[in-house]
Amino acid sequence: MTTTDATQHGSAKLTAAQLEPPLKRNGLVRFLADTATMTRRNVLYLVRRPQVVVFALISPIMFVALFNYVFGGSMSVGELSYIDFLIPGIMVQTVMFGGGNTAIGLAEDMGRGVIDRFRSLPMSRLAVLSGRTAADAARGIITNTVILTVGFVIGFRFSNGIGWAIGSFLLVLLFGYSITWAYAWMGLKLKSVEAVQAATFLPAFPLTFAASTFAPVTGMPDWLQVFSANQPVTQVVDAARAMMHGGDIAGPLVRSLLWCAGILLVFGFLSVREYRKG
Amino acid sequence: MKRPVETGHQAIIQAENVVKHYGDVHALNGISLEVDQGEVYGLLGPNGAGKTTLVRILATLVKPTSGRCLVGGVDAHQNPMAVRSQIGLAGQSAAVDDLLTGRENLEIVGRLYQFSRAEARRRADDILERMSLTDAADRQVRTYSGGMRRRIDLGASLVGRPEVLMLDEPTTGLDPRTRNDLWQLIHQLVAEGTTLLLTTQYLDEADELAHRLGVIDQGKIIAEGTPDELKERLGGDRLQAGPANPADMSRVTAILASVGDGEPYVDERRQVVSVPVADRITSLLAAGQAFEDESLTLSDLSVSRPSLDDVFLAITGKTAEDDTEPGAAA
Ligand SMILES: Nc1ncnc2c1ncn2[C@@H]1O[C@H](COP(=O)(O)OP(=O)(O)OP(=O)(O)O)[C@@H](O)[C@H]1O
Ligand SMILES: [Mg+2]
Repeated sequence: MTTTDATQHGSAKLTAAQLEPPLKRNGLVRFLADTATMTRRNVLYLVRRPQVVVFALISPIMFVALFNYVFGGSMSVGELSYIDFLIPGIMVQTVMFGGGNTAIGLAEDMGRGVIDRFRSLPMSRLAVLSGRTAADAARGIITNTVILTVGFVIGFRFSNGIGWAIGSFLLVLLFGYSITWAYAWMGLKLKSVEAVQAATFLPAFPLTFAASTFAPVTGMPDWLQVFSANQPVTQVVDAARAMMHGGDIAGPLVRSLLWCAGILLVFGFLSVREYRKG
Repeated sequence: MKRPVETGHQAIIQAENVVKHYGDVHALNGISLEVDQGEVYGLLGPNGAGKTTLVRILATLVKPTSGRCLVGGVDAHQNPMAVRSQIGLAGQSAAVDDLLTGRENLEIVGRLYQFSRAEARRRADDILERMSLTDAADRQVRTYSGGMRRRIDLGASLVGRPEVLMLDEPTTGLDPRTRNDLWQLIHQLVAEGTTLLLTTQYLDEADELAHRLGVIDQGKIIAEGTPDELKERLGGDRLQAGPANPADMSRVTAILASVGDGEPYVDERRQVVSVPVADRITSLLAAGQAFEDESLTLSDLSVSRPSLDDVFLAITGKTAEDDTEPGAAA
C-alpha cells in the first residue's frame, strides 16, 4: 500500500456522515439503470472467457467459408451470387445459435449463490433477465460485424443502398434479441446447464436449416415447405436479403416484425413468470 | 426463555410462526423468534435443520408457506424492497462473480443498491480496505483463496451499510486462523451496532459470537437462551480427576466425594471420576491439597463447563457433529 493510499483511506473507514444515500429512482429509471449494470456484468463475463469469444467468432467464419465453397458452385439461387444469398442467412443462423448462450448463462446464474445476492438487493428483479438478453444482443453486433467483414473479403456486396443495408443489420439484431428471450425461458425452465447445453440445438437446427437460410425453400419437398416457408427464420432471412439486394421487402419485413413482437411478448412474459417462481 | 419486554422497545427482526413446506418436505415447522437491535442471534443446528430456509425467508428471497416476518417493523413479504435496502446477506455459498475482480464485484453490488457511480466506487474502496483486500482488488475473484472469497462475499453484504446483517454459515470450511480473522471482523461490525443473524453448525462459533442462541432441529426451535443459560441447563461446572494408577480409582472417588457438591460419577472406560461443584476454584484447590496430602499421582485434574455439544446432546439426544458435513460450496 502506498502512503497516498494510506492517507486517503487510513485505517479508518468512511464515517456515516461521509456516506451518500442511495439515489431516489422511480421504477422505470431503476429498471433501466439496473439493466445497464447487469449488462455490464454479463459483458465482462463474455470478454473474460476468451475461448467463448473466439469460438463465437470462429464458427460463423467457418460457416461462411464452408457453405460458400462447398455449396456455392452447385447451388442455383436465382440472380444472386451464392455469397450474396448466403450472408443474410448466416447472420440469422448465428443469432439463432447464439441464443444458446443466454440459456446457459441464465441457468448458470440461477444455480449459483449470486442469484441469492441479487434477489436480496433493492434492485429491479427484471434486470437479471433484461441485462442478460441485452449483453447477448451486444454480442450479436460483434459476431455479425465479423461475418460481414469475412463476407466482404470473399465477394459479398450490398446492392440496395446503405439505408437498407443498415436496416437489414438492425432487423437481424432485433430478431436475435427476441430469440434471446425464448432461450432465456428455456434456461430458466431447464435449470441445469447440462440439460440446457443439450437442448439449445433442438430448436435451432430445424429452424435454421428448414428455412431459406442456405437454399431457397422452393427446392424442398411440399410437406416441408408448409413449415419452412412460414416459419420466422425464413421471414427474417427473406426480409434481410431483400433489404440487402433488392426485391419484395414489405411482405417479409412486416411478417418478420410481427414474429419478433410475438416472440418477445410471449417469451418475455413466460420468462418473467418463470423467474418469479424461483 | 423470554426476555423482559421493555416498553417502547421493538425487535428489529421478528418471525411469527413461520412455516415452509417444499412439497412433502417440511423445512420449517412454525418458527418464532425476535432479535433486538444490536444483538447477535445465533441459529445453531445440524445439516438440514432449516437454517438456510429461515434466513432466505427473512431476507425476502422466498415466501413462507405461512407466518409473518418483520424486519425493522416492515413486513418482509408485503414490502420486500423496503426490507432489502436495510439488510445485507452473505449466503451459504459464496455469492461473488469469479470472473470479475473484487472491486468490480463490490461496485456492481453498490450500483444495485442504487448508489451513484462515484459513491459505489468510494464504498468499494472503503470495504476493500477494511477487508484487507486492497492489494487483490483488481484481481479476478477466481484467483482468491477460500478466506479471501469469504471476505469479499462478506464485504459485498456490507456495501449498503445494513442495519441488519444475515450470515449463513460464514466460516464453514475455513482453517482456524482464517476463521479467527473473520470472527474479529464480525466482532467489529457488532461493536459498531450492526444487528446480526448468524447460522452455524459449530458450537464454538455460536459461543464466540452470539449473545443469544436458538437451537434449531427439524424445522423447529427446540431451545433458546444465552450460551451460558443453555449450559446451565446441564448443571454447573464439574471437577474431574483420574489416577495415574487405575488401582487408585476408589481413593480418587472418595476425595472428590468429599470436596464436591453431589454424587461422583465414575467413568470406568476413561478411568476418570467427576463431580459437580458449586465453586470451581475452591473445590479445585481443596482437591489438589487432598491429593497432595495422600501422595496420589494423577493423570488428569480439571474443571470444565459443559460445552454446547453437551447441550445439543441433552436436548436432541444426538450430538451436533453426528451429521455435520462441512461443505462450503454445497
Ligand atoms: N428448494 C427446496 N426444495 C425442496 N426442499 C428443500 C429446498 N430447500 C430446502 N429444502 C429442504 O428443507 C430442509 C431444510 O434445508 P436447509 O437448507 O434450510 O437446512 P440447513 O439447516 O441450512 O442445512 P445445512 O446445514 O446443510 O446448510 C432440508 O430437508 C432440505 O432438503
Ligand atoms: Mg444451510
